[in-house]
Amino acid sequence: MDILANLQLGFSIAFSPWTLMLAVVGCFIGTIVGALPGLGPSNGVAIMIPLTFSMGLDATASLVLLTAIYYGAMYGGRISSILLNIPGDEPALMTTLDGYPMAKAGRAGDALVISGVASFVGAFLATIGLMLLAPLLSRIAYQFGPAEYFALYVLAFSTLGGISSNNQAKAAIASCFGLMIAMIGLDPNSGMPRLTGGNLHLMDGVDFLVAIVGLFAVSEVFFFIESHGKSGALGITLGKVTIPWAEIWTTRWTMLRSSFLGFIAGVLPGAGASLGSFMTYMMEKGIAGEKGGFGTGVAKGVAAPEAGNNAAAGGALVPMLTLGVPGSGTTAVLLAVLMTLNITPGPTLFSDRPDVVWGLIASLLIANFVLLAMNVPMVKVFVRILQVPPALLMPAVTMISFVGIYSLTGSYFDLILVVAFGVLGYVLRKMDVPTVPVIMGILLGNQMEKQLRDAMVLSEGDWTYLFSSGISVGLIIAAVLGFLAPMFLRRYMTKPQAISD
Amino acid sequence: MSRMSDRIFGLVVILVALAYIAGALQIQTSFLSDPVGSKTFPVIVASIAVLCGGIMIFRPDAEPDWPEMRTVLSLAVSVVLLVAYSYALKPLGFILPTAIAAGILSYQISPRPAYAAIAGIGLSVGLFALFKMILGLGLVAFPKGLLG
Repeated sequence: MDILANLQLGFSIAFSPWTLMLAVVGCFIGTIVGALPGLGPSNGVAIMIPLTFSMGLDATASLVLLTAIYYGAMYGGRISSILLNIPGDEPALMTTLDGYPMAKAGRAGDALVISGVASFVGAFLATIGLMLLAPLLSRIAYQFGPAEYFALYVLAFSTLGGISSNNQAKAAIASCFGLMIAMIGLDPNSGMPRLTGGNLHLMDGVDFLVAIVGLFAVSEVFFFIESHGKSGALGITLGKVTIPWAEIWTTRWTMLRSSFLGFIAGVLPGAGASLGSFMTYMMEKGIAGEKGGFGTGVAKGVAAPEAGNNAAAGGALVPMLTLGVPGSGTTAVLLAVLMTLNITPGPTLFSDRPDVVWGLIASLLIANFVLLAMNVPMVKVFVRILQVPPALLMPAVTMISFVGIYSLTGSYFDLILVVAFGVLGYVLRKMDVPTVPVIMGILLGNQMEKQLRDAMVLSEGDWTYLFSSGISVGLIIAAVLGFLAPMFLRRYMTKPQAISD
Repeated sequence: MSRMSDRIFGLVVILVALAYIAGALQIQTSFLSDPVGSKTFPVIVASIAVLCGGIMIFRPDAEPDWPEMRTVLSLAVSVVLLVAYSYALKPLGFILPTAIAAGILSYQISPRPAYAAIAGIGLSVGLFALFKMILGLGLVAFPKGLLG
């Protein structure tokens, strides 16, 4: 049994006191970050990356810490969704649909516990799925040449907008922006500078951490300045938290179905977590029918998107680790983590660095149990976090972001770029242009171009080479369908609007 | 004319992308070249952006709700503040610029001067302690020469 031997290796790393402590600390910080109104997994992990690196941890330790924060933020995000009706990120939107009505009906505690258990089931099953599927996929990935990788990147970018964006042109513009920014710097083949406008600071290109912190964290601060922090008021009180065993038992099939579907949605490159929670909520709504009362505050309406969302988060790690193509905004941020640690994701990761992969998987399993323990009995501790006023929180987020970047690069120019990306992020989000594709473009742009150029070197400039294998043709067809399908499906699958008071 | 924002944005995208293409065509090539070269990919990507910008001009979405003038002003103040902070962090040390920047940001979010001042100073000192002592980052508290 390969998997058992590998898991043993993983647990031998994860159970060292140091790694275990990092996992617990990461879960704690992550839950806090996720629970803070306005901060979700992606911007939460974004501001933690530079700090983690400036602490000088080794690769496995930083990866364990940051993925624990990631998982923790996925759990914590439901707290602000349910109590404040503020989703921390796109996938959490579905949880507000039934979570907030439940909280308004005085059942906030029940909603938090049910969603906590659902998160656990989703994340746990997805981690098992990751263990089984990732090694298989990495074996297939060995057959990928430059043409196949290029097709895969095209697929990732074309499905990125998907259901989460309302306008395919805007999603495509975002991807193009990212790719255009990625091209700035030294040409990898010729070593000549390009598109730098003669600016010496731009010779090394734009650091993706700078872009991530600007687009995700600083733009959020601008939104808070616009709303004057009004959205941060906690109108719901949380009474004694009891565990509604019977109700959890009634949602068991919902949780299992949603975990399965969410995991599959997460595995699709580019599509990711928002698709997972959306599809699971719609599926359960359909199964429950009119009598199900979805949208009025029912347990299944909370359990389905949370299980789906967390399963998708785990599923998104599969393409990220085996192919280097992230499946969601937050996994894009995690890819940035790997790239900064000089770990190249891809099929060779499983053979060359089994300690990293299996240490990570074992840590995720442990983190899940830690998170269940933190999020069900200790949920009241985290609810207090919501009372931190935005006028204190947002300056803190800004300063932490700046210090993180500054201590990493030591350059004032990067700080100015952070501000510029913050402004860009604000304008893009105002215009309903998604920001995740921009990040993906910056992260993957150089690889995408390299694969294209390598393919052309192999074929001596023959463009038809890109469509010469079954895998690449299949991926390109999937890309075209994935880009066009939402335009037609959107008519039938209208996204439920967030409820307002 | 309604739906102006998307049209203007589309136009800006087209202009930026065209400038980008112009920039890409200026790229110096070296003797080490491959069939694709360093211009092709940037030009393709920017051309797609031009196309999408055109689609935004002809099929604009509904107008987003832009903030009122006063809010735009306070956003502009914050941007200028953060740029100034970027320049000040190195020569002036951590404590002073951070206290001022955090205080003003806090005031922009919730206009209570006393609260903002305390938040600024508290955050600055608290974060310095956290970064310097617990996380061990190499920050300088005050400019050299101030404390002898």
